[in-house]
Amino acid sequence: MSMRSPLGQARGLGSAKDGTHHFWVQRISAVALIPLSLWFVFSVAQLAGGDFYMVRHWVHAPSVAITLVLFIVAALYHSMLGVQVVIEDYIGNEGSKIVSLLLNKFLHAIVAVSTIFAVLKVALGS
Amino acid sequence: MSHQPPKGLPSRPMSPFMLGQYYRFQLTSLLSFVHRLTGIGLSIGTMLLAAWLITLAGGPETYGMFAKHLTAWYGQALLFCWSWALLYHLCNGIRHLGWDIGKGYELKTAYATGYAVVIVSLLLTAAVWAVAYAK
Repeated sequence: MSMRSPLGQARGLGSAKDGTHHFWVQRISAVALIPLSLWFVFSVAQLAGGDFYMVRHWVHAPSVAITLVLFIVAALYHSMLGVQVVIEDYIGNEGSKIVSLLLNKFLHAIVAVSTIFAVLKVALGS
Repeated sequence: MSHQPPKGLPSRPMSPFMLGQYYRFQLTSLLSFVHRLTGIGLSIGTMLLAAWLITLAGGPETYGMFAKHLTAWYGQALLFCWSWALLYHLCNGIRHLGWDIGKGYELKTAYATGYAVVIVSLLLTAAVWAVAYAK
């Protein structure tokens, strides 16, 4: 086992060159979500009390389907980045941390793809 | 909250060890805490959005089985919390974006924007539910 501290081993290697990537994409998705989530909440409020056919008719419009997919992508990406920070902050055990980080990414990808597929199925269906 | 460090790590307290013991209550720290809490809530709440759209794609019967829970009292209560959590996270997120460009760090400003976030998020939530129930 090396007597050198982790910092000592990393020193001099230079940066990984992506130190600000997480920070930056979190802000980009945040800015995108300002108009998208306001649009979503007020649109869904107008659908209140509507039945299956009314909601399907709403999703059927290309402008709505496109905006919904944009909202889903931005929301799930932002959610994935946020949960990642929570995991990194509160899970100390290295093994549990890596498993949680992987699960976080996989689960968000599965939910995003399934939801986008559902929107497209409704939007492109007859 | 356990203060025992995991095995193999040096013995030092894990965040948020300051809460409750050494930390005096402040609006600013509470809002920061609620920001993270609503963020986690919204991540879980996204499943609701996914279920809504996936059951919609499943046809009228599948959608009906899901929608009847949304219109029930507990569904409406959950949606109410969800809408406020989203609008709070949105408003406080804008406050965070301001800090990212170096604006609003003065103590007075941080408190003023903090109160504004609470009030505006509640007003927006009221507006959303007024739209939903006005029809």
